[in-house]
Amino acid sequence: MKERLEKIKEEVLRQIESSENLEKLNEVRVFALGKKGALTGLLKGMKDVAPEERPKVGQMVNEVRAELEGRLEERKAELEEFLREMRLKSEVIDVTLPAKKNQVGHRHPNTIVQQEVERIFVGMGYEVVEGPEVELDYYNFEALNTPKGHPARDEQDTFYISEDIVLRTQTSPVQVRTMEKGKLPIRMIAPGRVYRSDEVDATHSPVFHQIEGLVIDKNITFSDLKGTLAEFARELFGPDTKVKFRPHHFPFTEPSAEVDVSCFKCGGKGCRFCKGSGWIEILGCGMVHPKVLTMSGIDPNEYSGFAFGVGLERITLLKYEIDDMRLLYENDARFLKQF
Amino acid sequence: MNTALSWIKAYVPGLSCTDQEYCDAMTLSGTKVEGYVRTDKNLEKIVIGQIEAIEKHPDADKLIVCQVNIGSETIQIVTGAPNVQVGDKVPVVLDGGRVAGGHDGGPLPENGIAIKAGKLRGVVSNGMMCSIEELGSSRDMYPEAPEMGIYIFPRDAAVGADAVEALGLRDTVFEYEITNNRVDCYSLLGVAREAAATFRRPFVPPAVTVHDNGEDVHDYVSVEVKDTDLCTRYCARVCKNIKIAPSPRWMQRRLAAAGIRPINNLVDITNYVMAEYGQPMHAFDLDKVAGHKIIVRRAKDGDVFQTLDGQLRKLDSEVLMICDGEKEIGIAGIMGGENSKITDDVTTVLFEAATFNGPNIRKSAKRIGMRTDASSFFEKGLDPVNAEAAINRACQLIEELGCGEVVGGMVDVCESIRPLRHIPFEPERINRFLGTEIPTADMLATFERLELKYDSSTNEIEIPSFRQDLEGFADIAEEVARFYGYDKIPTTLPSGEATTGKLSFKARIEDKARDIAEYCGFSQSMTFSFESPKVFDKLLLPADDPARRTVTITNPLGEDYSIMRTLPINGILTSLAANYNRRNRDVKLYELNNIYLPKSLPLTELPEERTQFVLGFYGEGDFFTMKGVVEEFLEHVGMTQKAVYDPKAGRPYLHPGRQADIYYGKKAIGYLGELHPKVADNYDIGTRVYVAVLDIPTVVEFATFDRKYDGIAKYPAVTRDISMVVPKAVLAGQIEAVLSQRGGKILESYALFDIYEGAQIRAGFKSMAYTLTFRAKDRTLEESDVAAAMRKILNGLENLGIELRQ
Repeated sequence: MKERLEKIKEEVLRQIESSENLEKLNEVRVFALGKKGALTGLLKGMKDVAPEERPKVGQMVNEVRAELEGRLEERKAELEEFLREMRLKSEVIDVTLPAKKNQVGHRHPNTIVQQEVERIFVGMGYEVVEGPEVELDYYNFEALNTPKGHPARDEQDTFYISEDIVLRTQTSPVQVRTMEKGKLPIRMIAPGRVYRSDEVDATHSPVFHQIEGLVIDKNITFSDLKGTLAEFARELFGPDTKVKFRPHHFPFTEPSAEVDVSCFKCGGKGCRFCKGSGWIEILGCGMVHPKVLTMSGIDPNEYSGFAFGVGLERITLLKYEIDDMRLLYENDARFLKQF
Repeated sequence: MNTALSWIKAYVPGLSCTDQEYCDAMTLSGTKVEGYVRTDKNLEKIVIGQIEAIEKHPDADKLIVCQVNIGSETIQIVTGAPNVQVGDKVPVVLDGGRVAGGHDGGPLPENGIAIKAGKLRGVVSNGMMCSIEELGSSRDMYPEAPEMGIYIFPRDAAVGADAVEALGLRDTVFEYEITNNRVDCYSLLGVAREAAATFRRPFVPPAVTVHDNGEDVHDYVSVEVKDTDLCTRYCARVCKNIKIAPSPRWMQRRLAAAGIRPINNLVDITNYVMAEYGQPMHAFDLDKVAGHKIIVRRAKDGDVFQTLDGQLRKLDSEVLMICDGEKEIGIAGIMGGENSKITDDVTTVLFEAATFNGPNIRKSAKRIGMRTDASSFFEKGLDPVNAEAAINRACQLIEELGCGEVVGGMVDVCESIRPLRHIPFEPERINRFLGTEIPTADMLATFERLELKYDSSTNEIEIPSFRQDLEGFADIAEEVARFYGYDKIPTTLPSGEATTGKLSFKARIEDKARDIAEYCGFSQSMTFSFESPKVFDKLLLPADDPARRTVTITNPLGEDYSIMRTLPINGILTSLAANYNRRNRDVKLYELNNIYLPKSLPLTELPEERTQFVLGFYGEGDFFTMKGVVEEFLEHVGMTQKAVYDPKAGRPYLHPGRQADIYYGKKAIGYLGELHPKVADNYDIGTRVYVAVLDIPTVVEFATFDRKYDGIAKYPAVTRDISMVVPKAVLAGQIEAVLSQRGGKILESYALFDIYEGAQIRAGFKSMAYTLTFRAKDRTLEESDVAAAMRKILNGLENLGIELRQ
């Protein structure tokens, strides 16, 4: 009995070792341990064993069974590991083959810059508002301290719809509309389209965008204007950006300034983008003119404020090194996909 | 506006700075310097030499060999210039020197031209004698220079001295951008005053004294201003025994540096005074002024007048004229007349310095089509006080230049000179407003330098007449700020009540539109808001279509840019066409643009501006690709009800069988479709184009970002497939309406999985198959639940004439 057991064990072990795949291994399992398998067959011979020997033989059979089962499991794991290795080896791909892209579209560079500016000011507590593009002369000029006959009107080459209605030449009328609502304090920006009758060329477009900003509160100072725009410039162009305020004139602010930032291409050393000066003019600003406050129903003795206007295209062109403004309105797919 | 540094220094004698320092400091105090050029650029090692001997060149007919004394030595120079003679004093570039340009007067090379000793046809030449062109200038500015050949100095020039200095070219010309509020700074004196204040140096304007001949000008001329609304002041003086001659070199040099060509003493004086004082003047030949009488009045409509450039000008009743006793002799503030023009035989001159209404001059110049130097000054609105100062300066120069004799007195017709303005001085308020702590004494020092007088008894600042821009507190604060230095003002952030930064709901919807369009492969385009009225024909719109009622620009850049768009798709079609023409494949664009809908015509109130979400593409994809984008968008803005597509949209620019208006509930929110092939032809797009338009204001009415978690199904679903034979006219939308109405709460979803028309299906029918998914939220469905729902559905489908396929 014992010899037969040994023989079965050896035979099974041999078969286990020679099994090259899982199917074969399973056949071995069935042959050895199945209901009609060798060990079961052996146990059927127990009736011929002396009763006092039976526990011992039973134990022997169980030991062999355990050993074989263990070995089968091991072999199964080995084979599985081997097969996995084989599969992995056979599944090598050329990872440098082209990607399958979902072809996501691209945002217009103007919008990217505009949203960046919006993000910065929203973070500082500004509300983003809109105003009409076809605008009353009153809001575009009169209420901004630019009465009829004012030379600034000529400089702005206005498109007229009628005597009293124009295509707004600036986003500044939104200042007046916001102030007239009478809700104070005000912190707002107003991005939008503006129109001037310039012929289309590499640096001019009759349709372009500005972003207006307005803050009205008690005790707003010129130093607040400086601090706010310096913060904005650092956010938009990088933490090392320097800001220069130069006196200027706008009818609706006093004092007024133009703002240069240290060239964000060369860091101020001088390059072709800043025409060698190290500075790039990016916006106009100033303290809201007392006449403008008064016309909009705000007492300049109680409130003060500042306003600024950024030319969106100007920043877009500089930031992305676009050398012709016409590209922004041609919408060539090869242009748009670069943003 | 240009000025030479030497001229500024004449009135700011203590000024000492480099060109760049001047630039930076002036710009930071508010007189923006755009740039500058050194007039001695590339002029190196150039001295005054005297020609001592001239011989013929042994081997060249056109060359001569000169011995030139340059002070320290005599050098030999070979030249081809025809105009030199022994004894002439000439500019000589020495070996190793440099000149600005060639003798032809062409564009100046950036680094000039280096001059080296060498041989010309075998004869040694140790330098070069120069023409005015080689020195970087021209005969326009140096009228005494010969037409061809070497510049020749006056006899008294010092041999060996710096020729560049002697020519007045050791100078820098600055170009400024003057803001339109600073009328006073369109003059040399205005800029000099700013320079003095900027560098804190004394300002010494010219001292004007006129000796005159003791006669009374009123015996020579009378002036009557009829239209005082257009002429606030008219000053007239007379000079007699005029001798026309070239003006002195110093005056020519200063004019040249300001870009003004010297002509003769009389013309140069008026130009000089205009540059120095910013007050244009006019000189009439008094003998041509009929009745020795000046009348200032409006022209009559239809009058024609010949200006001194010989042109005939059409006038109207808003143009102000200068007339004599009989006729018109000049267009006020713009140009004099041919009939009173000064000629070389003039003996008695009438000087005019007047103040005309700025806006009127600007409009007149525009209508007549003639913007002159004079009109560009007047249109800014000049200071009447300055007119008197300027005319006196001109008379002084007449005397100084020996140009004539000045008749005593001035005819002065002056309606009113505005009394000087007084502004309270509020130093603390200024500091509060600027966020500074500037000492009062510093502010007062600034005012003094600017000639603003402070009266301590009234605590007011008296504003001089030339500073019409200073009107109130804020203006005074600016004067303080710009001379204190904007750069020294601290940087702070606004304090006070906190505000919430936010985007409007509409802006958030628009941003979602961008996101979805881009995820779906569309790139954002931008197009002009105005377009051509021909667009409507291109889009096959009938003549009476309401979209043809447009907001129209009265002064457009051309007809193609004359109407504000009422239809949103032309821009994107034009962009697609450009891409198609450039052979870009599979182009998908979207745009968020406004349409402008007039409420009434002619416009009496502002039009309605509606933002449109427009999509367009050609190439890969079809109608249903576009429909998919629309539905993605609607889903993401919380419009989760099923949109209804009405194929009877009837839009002429879309394919009649492939278009739909999109309804949400009962409200139209937009449309989509394939472009009509005729329209595609009109845009030269040789392939199918699909467009979709969603009206953002309507979307905003329904959209929401509120979401509520609805749980994830716990119980198993039951699916049923139905296969149908459907009459061709029945739309999927109708079938789906039946499914959703009759499926009850347990119908979770349905999906079309097959549609077929063809051989196996009888004519007039199509085969369609849907999978229906049923599920209850709270239990496992019984077979009977599903069966009941299916029965209802099948009944409904039968009503549409649909048969189930077995």
